[in-house]
Amino acid sequence: MNFFLEIKENIVISYKAIIAHKMRSFLATLGIVIGITAVTLMQTAIEGINRAFESSIASVGADVLYVQKFEWFGTEDFEYYRNRKDLTMQHFEYLKKNSQTAVSICPSVATAQTVKYGSLDLENVFVIGSTDEYQKTLGVNMDDGRFFTAKESEGGYPVCAIGMDVKNAFFQNVNPIGKDIKVGSYSFRVVGVIEKQGSMLGLFSLDNRIIIPIERFFKQFGTKRSLSINVKAMDVNNLDETKEEVTSIMRKARKVPIGNKSDFGVNQQSAFRDTYNQLTSLIKIIGLLITSLSLVVGSVGIANIMFVSVKERTKEIGIRKAIGAKRRTILMQFLVESTVICLLGGIIGLMIAFPISLIIDAFVLPTAMPLWVVVLGLFISLLFGVLSGFFPAYNAAKMDPVDSLRYE
Amino acid sequence: MNLIQIRNITKVYDMGEEKLYALRGVDLDIGQNEYIAIMGPSGSGKSTLMNIIGCLDTPTSGDYILNGKDVHEMDDDELAAIRNKEIGFVFQTFNLLPRSDALHNVELPLIYSGLNKSERIKKAEESLVNVGLGDRMKHKPNELSGGQRQRVAVARALVNNPSIILADEPTGNLDTRTGEEIMALFKELNLKGNTIIIVTHEEDIAKHANRIVKIRDGKIESDTSKKKAE
Repeated sequence: MNFFLEIKENIVISYKAIIAHKMRSFLATLGIVIGITAVTLMQTAIEGINRAFESSIASVGADVLYVQKFEWFGTEDFEYYRNRKDLTMQHFEYLKKNSQTAVSICPSVATAQTVKYGSLDLENVFVIGSTDEYQKTLGVNMDDGRFFTAKESEGGYPVCAIGMDVKNAFFQNVNPIGKDIKVGSYSFRVVGVIEKQGSMLGLFSLDNRIIIPIERFFKQFGTKRSLSINVKAMDVNNLDETKEEVTSIMRKARKVPIGNKSDFGVNQQSAFRDTYNQLTSLIKIIGLLITSLSLVVGSVGIANIMFVSVKERTKEIGIRKAIGAKRRTILMQFLVESTVICLLGGIIGLMIAFPISLIIDAFVLPTAMPLWVVVLGLFISLLFGVLSGFFPAYNAAKMDPVDSLRYE
Repeated sequence: MNLIQIRNITKVYDMGEEKLYALRGVDLDIGQNEYIAIMGPSGSGKSTLMNIIGCLDTPTSGDYILNGKDVHEMDDDELAAIRNKEIGFVFQTFNLLPRSDALHNVELPLIYSGLNKSERIKKAEESLVNVGLGDRMKHKPNELSGGQRQRVAVARALVNNPSIILADEPTGNLDTRTGEEIMALFKELNLKGNTIIIVTHEEDIAKHANRIVKIRDGKIESDTSKKKAE
């Protein structure tokens, strides 16, 4: 008998059987409905978290190296890193002079300060000292005005570029350009507003900052802080090459003996990514396992109902066998039935999960149910349909026609 | 050559400690276009013999050749194919699929033969018209009377042009008058050339056949043809 004809006939048969037992079929597939809803929503949530992470680390810049005293996500004791020599402007200048592959280099140093404008004040603003190359190195785009110039930078002029949070706090309905804000007792003239950058992993805002010329920073807040030297490579593909060059120049600058470990860290975005993946992959796997458990429970439910259904239809199986149904035909009939039930459950589950994913997207975190999750959801329901239907169907297929005809 | 050749068939059920001998060596030949009744009290082995003739079961030993095919050693699926093509069953309890209408019930053997939809419908309709149910095709079994249900079963048995029609107590669940109608239908089918085997314990039913085989204790007790007897 033709395979597709058989499938088609069996779909009709299972449709009739499901219609004849609507409530039972629905209850049987409820576990699958819940399972598919859980799995797809879990995936949607993971997708949302991934997207949040991607947009967060975009600000770090994939093609930028951060030469610092500390290593991001370093494994040594804090003491070990703290006892290293600070990075200074001499190191920065030496690196800038010798690097062939870097597109631009800037130093940066930061402190948290209270910033005032008139009677308004904003606490814990990140005050960053850097050079005019900060804009190019870290890919800063201006929302309004301009970044400070090389001349302003070298001369240590009291000017600043402000983040969006600062603008929103002080200059709701006012043009901020040309206004003076105060950090401590010093005034800084606002020359530009930096485009909104969002937050880092939803933890702290990247817009709650002002950037001032580093020479001005040193005058006002001292030179005791270790610098971060930020190096922009040509592009991501050249990052490793630049990293090697930067490392060797810095070792020379800091007179690290050959064979010793570098006493500085060359950090990059991928450190975030690696750590993120380490942290989340386990959570993702556990999440999927837990949600999959509900699918397993659902499939046990289907198997149970299928066993009942086979038992109940012993006579029908006997009739079908008597008039020429082969083992495979009976096997297929019940496999198709359990698969149809599971697939219906999967479709219902997706229909429940999809609006919920829209709600999550609108109110919780930006995400979308990826298409592959929909495909996966349907595939899983298909798979569980076959798995949970197999033993009942096998039982039905190997029934003895004489015995099953006699069954009442 | 005879349609059915049965040689020294036995059937033994292994009930653990003791063995149950349902058939103890049966020889039977049935020719084309015969109308034969197999009779016997319950426990005589007539049901076992019917199951073997109908290829629902296989003998423990002995040979069975049906329409030139050696079926006594076939596996389940081969037997299913034989049942589909060579045998049309009519049961005491009708054994129709309750959720399917008359047409679909009759169509079912053709589905298992792999015929396409339009051919199936055509043949099934013809078969139902043949048994006088042309106006009941879309009725489900519970919307039909007992006699009509048995006619649907006969239509189903006929639809694949089988070598034999095998009827097991076909009137057992019908009142006398309806039973007679069904028997008249079998007579008509026999006159049209069908080979019919009826299993029954009722003399009244068996007397419609042209040949009566009586079974007792797993053996053939008597085999009488009407024409010879008359």
